[in-house]
Amino acid sequence: MTSILPTNLSIRHLLLETLTAFAVAAVIFCPIVGIHLNGYDFDLGHLKLALGLALGIAITRLVLALFLNTGVGARLAQHIMDRRQAPVAVAPTTRRLWAHVFVVLVLIGAVAFPFMAKKYFITVLILALIYVLLGLGLNIVVGLAGLLDLGFVAFYAIGAYTLALGHQYLGWGFWQSLPAAAALAALFGCILGFPVLRMHGDYLAITTLGFGEIIRLVLTNWVDFTGGPNGVSAPKPTLFGIEFTRRARYGGTPFHEYFGGEYNSEALYIFTYLLLLITVCIVVYINHRLKRMPVGRAWEALREDEIACRSLGLNHVLVKLSAFTLGAGIGGVAGVFFAGYQGFVNPTSFTFFESALILAVVVLGGLGSTRGVIIAALALTILPEALRQFADFRVLAFGGAMVFMMIWRPRGIIRPVRPSFSTIEANHAG
Amino acid sequence: MPDRPLLTVSNLTMQFGGITALSDVSFAVDTHAVTALIGPNGAGKTTVFNCLTGFYRATSGELTLRNGDRTIDIVRILGEPFRPTDFLNPWRFATRLFYKCFGGSHLVNRAGLARTFQNIRLFREMTVIENLLVAQHMSTNRNPVAGLLNTPGFRRSEKRVVSRACQWLEVFGLKDDANRIAGELPYGLQRRLEIARALCTNPQIICLDEPAAGLNPRETEDLSALIARLRDDHRITVFLIEHDMQLVMGISDHIVVLDHGVVIASGRPNDISTNPAVIAAYLGDTDTEAYTA
Ligand SMILES: Nc1ncnc2c1ncn2[C@@H]1O[C@H](COP(=O)(O)OP(=O)(O)O)[C@@H](O)[C@H]1O
Ligand SMILES: [Mg+2]
Repeated sequence: MTSILPTNLSIRHLLLETLTAFAVAAVIFCPIVGIHLNGYDFDLGHLKLALGLALGIAITRLVLALFLNTGVGARLAQHIMDRRQAPVAVAPTTRRLWAHVFVVLVLIGAVAFPFMAKKYFITVLILALIYVLLGLGLNIVVGLAGLLDLGFVAFYAIGAYTLALGHQYLGWGFWQSLPAAAALAALFGCILGFPVLRMHGDYLAITTLGFGEIIRLVLTNWVDFTGGPNGVSAPKPTLFGIEFTRRARYGGTPFHEYFGGEYNSEALYIFTYLLLLITVCIVVYINHRLKRMPVGRAWEALREDEIACRSLGLNHVLVKLSAFTLGAGIGGVAGVFFAGYQGFVNPTSFTFFESALILAVVVLGGLGSTRGVIIAALALTILPEALRQFADFRVLAFGGAMVFMMIWRPRGIIRPVRPSFSTIEANHAG
Repeated sequence: MPDRPLLTVSNLTMQFGGITALSDVSFAVDTHAVTALIGPNGAGKTTVFNCLTGFYRATSGELTLRNGDRTIDIVRILGEPFRPTDFLNPWRFATRLFYKCFGGSHLVNRAGLARTFQNIRLFREMTVIENLLVAQHMSTNRNPVAGLLNTPGFRRSEKRVVSRACQWLEVFGLKDDANRIAGELPYGLQRRLEIARALCTNPQIICLDEPAAGLNPRETEDLSALIARLRDDHRITVFLIEHDMQLVMGISDHIVVLDHGVVIASGRPNDISTNPAVIAAYLGDTDTEAYTA
């Protein structure tokens, strides 16, 4: 296959491409689908199916080529190719109204959602929002500062266990644990970061990977303190002493007694969801501001060229450390929500696969793009739920999506957009 | 001419394993003048810059920079290794430890020495003006609370750095490209942008590593005029490495010639162009036309 987009329709070219597609597909599918092992023997009874699949692919290829030669198809192809050329866009100086309207509509939809949806959907969305938080936290470290962190789940675990263990040993509730977890995770980020951040690329990735595993192993093996593999229970979130359980557990009043009325088991989830939504909005706002603040610019500059940064008077270790610390803190907050929503934590929730998933969110979303990370986090958590019957193929689909993305959108779903500055205004001031 | 030079390099030696890239190099850079460092390829010119800005740790030698009344020992702020005597003097030990933990290239820049690189190092995926804003990091309002709440104080600080960036863009003729992605600029403009970015750190002295490399004759001429403007209008000391002899002879007040890591001549442009040792060094090199051009 010489080109994916034939520019002018030549029958010979078209036939050749179709034949090539058929041949390649047949070569791939015949051994996979067509040959079945049967003891020490094999039978070729499914070869027809394999050839049928190959034929289907060849026809798809033909249709695609024909479509791309129509006006609409050509424009679509042009659009996609265009995006590949310019990896970064600059925001227009004037803000577009519809962008604001869109944000407001999404927010209204998000707030109204839990009052209309079933409990199951609310729980799915709670998990999705937790991943949005994690993605946004890791986005600061990987997307903005360019530090490949493979152990981000450690900070998530620290946050979750702060809530659970804080309740068990210190009697803390959700609200005491929230800032404490953020601070503790940030502190761990700082302690890990200071010696580690002098390293680059691969070395940093390996060290953080190790850190993630160490935290998980400590949580598993320190049975006296953390309960080991059996886990610990965690308190549910409350609102100024109002609890959302059937009976008061933490010395408050249950929701339904306070307002009068029936106990509603959904109330806890609706409350958790709304709380999480507010937190996500705050973190998104912080992300948005950071890109326009000196520290955010310093992170991105560091990602672009560390040596140039140092030559411009930026202390690269401190700049990296601030990114690592803030990212870890947000990871800790996500951990508290996770533990509070589950009501229980154990170390199996904090494996390396989780780190990889969060990293996938950031990479698929587009390194550094807040919108992209939100979309990717929602997609990667909601799609597997929607496609439960294909659960076995989840990781496979994941890999496929990654490969596809690397080809079509190596910079993620959404192109990062840079803020623009008005140079006219500045001249009046200066 | 002021009595003391701005930058003094004495007995600088740099060894990479067995290779001696610089041996016993000594020279001085005068205030408000253009000093050129020339020499054949591989003579060690970039190595001098890297030692000055802390990207290499000099094997031995002294590097001092004067900024107003202060005299800064560059070797010290880069974080030197401990010496046995340090353990007897707690204060000396403490400062040495401090610079070992927090010292480095960035302190050289903050002391007033900015540089550019032979192979351009821009923040390619950031806009032109953002490149200049990063360079002004130390003079912006870095209070995170002020930034998050977008307080009036923060906005004033941002406005100030943006307008300063615009002034430099104006000087370098980049004003219309302010909101373009730096990596998409044509090569000549990228070179200029890198110089503008270094100037945004408000340096006393700027070190340019082959600023005219890859430029066409017109662009080189413009660059030469710009460097003269930096010296005359902006009172900035310029220290440059350059192969384009026409440019060097045209604007330099003082020239230092390096060959195989040794200073073989230094003086005014006229003396250098007739110096037999310099001519021999260049004729021995394949890069002859660079000199005769
Ligand atoms: N990091 C390094 N490791 C080993 N040798 C180096 C290093 N940097 C420079 N050198 C050597 O120092 C010599 C001078 O290099 P350089 O300063 O780049 O020359 P130029 O005058 O062309 O800028 C060269 O012989 C080079 O091989
Ligand atoms: Mg060089």
